[in-house]
Amino acid sequence: MRITCPTCGSRDLHEFHVLGEAEQARPRLSGDFDSAAARAAFTDYVYARRNPAGPHDEYWYHGPCDTWLVVRRDTRSHEVHDVRAARGGDRP
Amino acid sequence: MTGFRHPSKGLIDRDKPLSFTFDGKSYSGFAGDTLASALIASGVRLVGRSFKYHRPRGFLGAGHDEPNGLVELREGARREPNVKATVAELHDGLIARSQNRWPSLDFDLLAVNGLLKPVFAAGFYYKTFMWPASFWEKLYEPMIRRAAGMGAASGLPDPDAYEQASAHCDLLVVGAGPAGLTAALTAARSGARVILAEDDFRLGGRWLADGGEELQALVAGWANELTALPNVTVLSRTTVAAAFDHGTFLAIERVADHHAVPGPHQVRQRRWTLTARRVLLATGAGERSVLCPGNDRPGVMLASAVRSYVNRFGAVPGRKAVVHTATDDGWQTAESLLAAGVELVAVLDPRNEVPAGMEGVARRTRVISGGAVIGTRGGKSLSAVGIRHGRASEWLDADLLCLSGGFNPAIQLMGHLGRRPVWSEAIAGFVMPEPAGGIRPIGAAAGIYGLREGLEQAIAGTLVDLADLGFAAQAPALPGLPDTPSGLVPLFWKPTLEDSGAKVFIDPQNDVCASDVVLAHREGYRSVEHLKRFTTLGMATDQGRTANVDAIAIMAHLEGRPMAESGVTLARPPVVPIALGAVAGARAGGHFRPVRKVPLHPWAEGLGAVFTDVGQWKRPQYFPRAGESDWQVTVNREVTTVRKAVGLTDVSTLGKFVVEGPDAGAYLDRVFATRPSAIAVGSCGYGLMLREDGFLKDDGMIARLTEQSFLVFVSTVHVADVWRHMQFCRQVLWPELDLSLADQSERWAQMALAGPKAEAVLTALLDEFTVDAHSLPPQAVREATVGGVPVRLFGLSFSGERAFEIAVAARHGAALAARLMDVGAAHGITAYGTEAMAVMRIEMGYAVGSEINGQTTAHDLGMAGLMDLGKDHVGRVLSQRDELMRADRPRLVGLIPVDPANRLRGGAHVLGRDGPATVDADLGWITSAAWSPTLGTSIALAMVKGGPDRLGDTVRIWDGMRGTDFPARIVSLPFIGRAEGGKDA
Ligand SMILES: [Zn+2]
Repeated sequence: MRITCPTCGSRDLHEFHVLGEAEQARPRLSGDFDSAAARAAFTDYVYARRNPAGPHDEYWYHGPCDTWLVVRRDTRSHEVHDVRAARGGDRP
Repeated sequence: MTGFRHPSKGLIDRDKPLSFTFDGKSYSGFAGDTLASALIASGVRLVGRSFKYHRPRGFLGAGHDEPNGLVELREGARREPNVKATVAELHDGLIARSQNRWPSLDFDLLAVNGLLKPVFAAGFYYKTFMWPASFWEKLYEPMIRRAAGMGAASGLPDPDAYEQASAHCDLLVVGAGPAGLTAALTAARSGARVILAEDDFRLGGRWLADGGEELQALVAGWANELTALPNVTVLSRTTVAAAFDHGTFLAIERVADHHAVPGPHQVRQRRWTLTARRVLLATGAGERSVLCPGNDRPGVMLASAVRSYVNRFGAVPGRKAVVHTATDDGWQTAESLLAAGVELVAVLDPRNEVPAGMEGVARRTRVISGGAVIGTRGGKSLSAVGIRHGRASEWLDADLLCLSGGFNPAIQLMGHLGRRPVWSEAIAGFVMPEPAGGIRPIGAAAGIYGLREGLEQAIAGTLVDLADLGFAAQAPALPGLPDTPSGLVPLFWKPTLEDSGAKVFIDPQNDVCASDVVLAHREGYRSVEHLKRFTTLGMATDQGRTANVDAIAIMAHLEGRPMAESGVTLARPPVVPIALGAVAGARAGGHFRPVRKVPLHPWAEGLGAVFTDVGQWKRPQYFPRAGESDWQVTVNREVTTVRKAVGLTDVSTLGKFVVEGPDAGAYLDRVFATRPSAIAVGSCGYGLMLREDGFLKDDGMIARLTEQSFLVFVSTVHVADVWRHMQFCRQVLWPELDLSLADQSERWAQMALAGPKAEAVLTALLDEFTVDAHSLPPQAVREATVGGVPVRLFGLSFSGERAFEIAVAARHGAALAARLMDVGAAHGITAYGTEAMAVMRIEMGYAVGSEINGQTTAHDLGMAGLMDLGKDHVGRVLSQRDELMRADRPRLVGLIPVDPANRLRGGAHVLGRDGPATVDADLGWITSAAWSPTLGTSIALAMVKGGPDRLGDTVRIWDGMRGTDFPARIVSLPFIGRAEGGKDA
């Protein structure tokens, strides 16, 4: 498998580390960290996975350039549709 | 004698005779031979015994499809079992032995297994030996292993070297037969970077057997041109064994397998990782047999293999031949046999028409249209072929039966990518309907068997791929090609349930017969995947190349369904068996994984340290001195010296991350459950790192160097993971925070100086710096110099004693440690290792990896009070879940045995009551244990349900592994009084 890192170009799988699904943003809380709503939001964020048969956004880390990437990969064919730096912009 | 060497035919070098032995007997062949061709030319026909029934077997094929001719090559440590003699390149002095026979190939006592055939029928692994269970281990398995053994490994370390290499190209061409050579040449002339990988030691593929002199000259010219071009890499003796996603391929180059011993500094094999933008699969097609009774007798061969032996090697496998063919290609073999002077007894063809161009052959032999083979005779070698035509049957004297039942395109590599082939009625074979995963089958691999059509398709496909890659290319001029017919009709064995074909072998290596498929059908194992596992069909070293499609056809016939609906088992890597040595490459022995040495390694080595592996690190475990009888004596001395005087140890393996920027404090407050932003400049604080699910991830000290700069220490084994996590927090979770991260882990050597005399020793070390409670209080971080070299000092303790950590540029580490030992000598300093460190941290009740093991929370370890709940941080919300806050969770406590003679050990269970040791009596387990020389007793840390509520209770310590069961008391932590200075892991 190969991933095209926006910084380094097409690189082999062994340079990468996969974290998992990148389909949910971390809940942003203002204050009440122990409310039922906060726990429900974090339970969903930590444990619920969309796990689709098809295109799927995933977090991959490219070690040589210390960059977290969002890789859009088709889970059926392993085809990679898109790779971008997770933080956005041009700054890794 | 059956086989013989033709006086003139073949691409062998008759000026280079080679001698070799087979089963101890000497033979000779020529350079350019395979072991199989040399044996055939020497008249050897019996080359192996079958797996289950020990039936005599000869060569069936001439390549990787060979199921019978498996041999052991070489001797001693270089002995290699299960090599196909058909692909083993002959070299002088080659030593080969047959397998699977006892006591000898000619006289095999275990051939009696044939009489046990009903026992060994399909499914016997699952059914026959199921009962009673104890018989399996003691009787059945040893019996089967003895009877059905393959070759044996040498059992000795492999003396040869292997290596791995990588190469990239625009176009990878797999196979250098007619299609592959043409495609490679087309691409090479366009300037594209081309890799041409050929399994054989010679380029040319089918042309080596089928081409005349003109064509051989052309192939040689093309090979020379390709080899000379700078943009082309030709890898011969190289098998592309596996395909992975996105154009990545595994290939094995047999660099020195054709030598008895590799040359000086030469590897035996090289494992390639090939990366290609596009791939042309020119792997050809493998021939299928025509199934018929008695088809496993030595002398029954694939027609195309016979032609290879005759034309390429001048090794003629028989003197009187019968050809049974459903393909025009089989007629070419008939033609070659006639040209080699073999008596061609008859050609049987289900068709009524003689293929165009073969009329001359038909005139010189007996053509039996619609005829079929119904049996064979001969003990260890074929002597007669029984045939039926119309209602008549007769026996024909013959020592060679050539079978051609059709072809299977070699498309396994595309199967590795999960692509399923489809059935083509036109060629009676499974083909890939279209290019996929960047791989395009060309020529015979695409199911195009006509030479001209195949080359035209190969060139057209190459041009399309080159255009996609941005290369302008032109079709090469094709040579004058012989107009050979390539028609065929499907011809499969169609058993009835009454006459199921007990002697019709489908997979001769695994002794799978047509009757086994009938049995599988009767028992309901009808899908191709079930059929394979029930019969073991295609599980042998040839991976069922000649067998699978025939078996599927029989099942389709029994089911009354078309082949198109049957499907085929998915090919898995590797395409051919590969040596484990090649997989390991250079990563063997001491090179198995990197060894990381700390900057203080030479210092510790000089003191005679014993090292222990911590991940990839070598860490000094203890420092034995003369007269110390075992490690426990040494560790006791080291601990006692630290507690009473002073000791020095290495802590360089800690991760050291610098977090710097206006938002560094805010960032650390979100990464840690504590509040690092509250740490004063010039001071250190303890950090607890959680996972988002609320469990502990790591802990460590954090030093604030300036207003905007923090230094974070990370546990040795968590460095890589925590670094990625901190980058994730910075880049993904809170990209709006302004800070940067730098990993300085390997730039600093760091050592801990601990004990009541530490202040004095450190003062003696430093330039103009008197260490006391004011100049360097506990938790402080200060800059100083030693002989002008800057050092960083931390008032940190991991032992409970007054202690310091001293950091210096890595290159000065060993010298600084030596200097400390010098100035400490007057104070009785000792070097101590990880073992003494562990004893002291257990005495202090500090948690490390054994306790922060991914299953524990701050609450469990008694550190909930260190959390700052008034802010959002990773794990903040879920760490407070009710379930994680329960008092009866396993929580950290100390244990001391009631009887000091008993020794606590890690992994022992803590039981709450007398009686049987059952799960419901279980309260927890010991995570860490040590002998405390300070207290004179064994002590342990344990996770005990509701532990802190059971202080003073007596519990049972039960260890089923070591067979111990004794009482211990639950005590609070720490075991001994805590000095100022926090904790550092
Ligand atoms: Zn990168």
